[in-house]
Amino acid sequence: MARVVVDVMLKPEILDPQGQAVVNALPRLGVDDVSSVRIGRRIEIEFVGEADLDRAREIADKLLANPVIEDFEVRLAETEEVRP
Amino acid sequence: MTARVGVVTFPGSLDDGDAARAVRLAGGEAVRLWHADPDLHGVDAVVLPGGFSYGDYLRCGAIARFAPVMESIAAAAAGGLPVLGICNGFQILCEAHLLPGALTRNQHLHFRNRDQVLRIESPATAWTNTFAAGQEILIPVKNGEGCYVADERTLDELEATGRVVARYVGGNPNGSLRDIAGITNAAGNVVGLMPHPEHAVEALTGPSLDGLGFFTSILKHLAGAPA
Repeated sequence: MARVVVDVMLKPEILDPQGQAVVNALPRLGVDDVSSVRIGRRIEIEFVGEADLDRAREIADKLLANPVIEDFEVRLAETEEVRP
Repeated sequence: MTARVGVVTFPGSLDDGDAARAVRLAGGEAVRLWHADPDLHGVDAVVLPGGFSYGDYLRCGAIARFAPVMESIAAAAAGGLPVLGICNGFQILCEAHLLPGALTRNQHLHFRNRDQVLRIESPATAWTNTFAAGQEILIPVKNGEGCYVADERTLDELEATGRVVARYVGGNPNGSLRDIAGITNAAGNVVGLMPHPEHAVEALTGPSLDGLGFFTSILKHLAGAPA
């Protein structure tokens, strides 16, 4: 079993209303020194055998992210991230 | 012969019955299509109705676009089959790359439903030919992820080539760039529209009868098309 992590984020030029709603709520927590929050999605893929980063990239490009509005990064999970 | 207009049902489609009814009221024959069946059953045009497709778990339309029926529709659309995507159908057409751009969460984060004035910018499509350029119509809008976005180059190209089909008038319900409510592909056979014409086809249930124009347009288009 090998875990690959895919991080999907809206492109910087695309408005993130969810992040904006959070940043607007922060002053109510007493937090005044945060100027921007952007919210993405973390996806964990487990391969049965060896991790295949190229195939993970293809999965991300075709399905997990919409390249029109989102960027993504694909990486092997760090050892401490791999839970039993 | 009566034109046969297919209406696809995906898991989560909720306006498929209304779309089929609109086709019938316009004078066409509505043919129900099932998302898992790749056979288009000889239809002359297809409507992808609104709803909350199972693809919404990831992104609106992202999984629906891999439905077997969508492969057949994409291939037929490339050959000129008229396709109208309404709301979730518009999202599916963008995810399937049959239309450019994408639909994202409404800028204000609220689900918005109201009767909406639109201006028809292009009557030069299979689905809008019974309208006049600049004509204002009133049909319902109801969406949570209806904010149309595309890069500046794509937006400029859509404007320059007359591919913005309809624009919001009197307030933009979702933050769509340049108030875009609907677009078409280069050939004019594939149209995506966020508001719902199928809910404005009868006086009892709609704010107007303006939505009927989209369905009479396709029948007029098919009647004029060579067999």
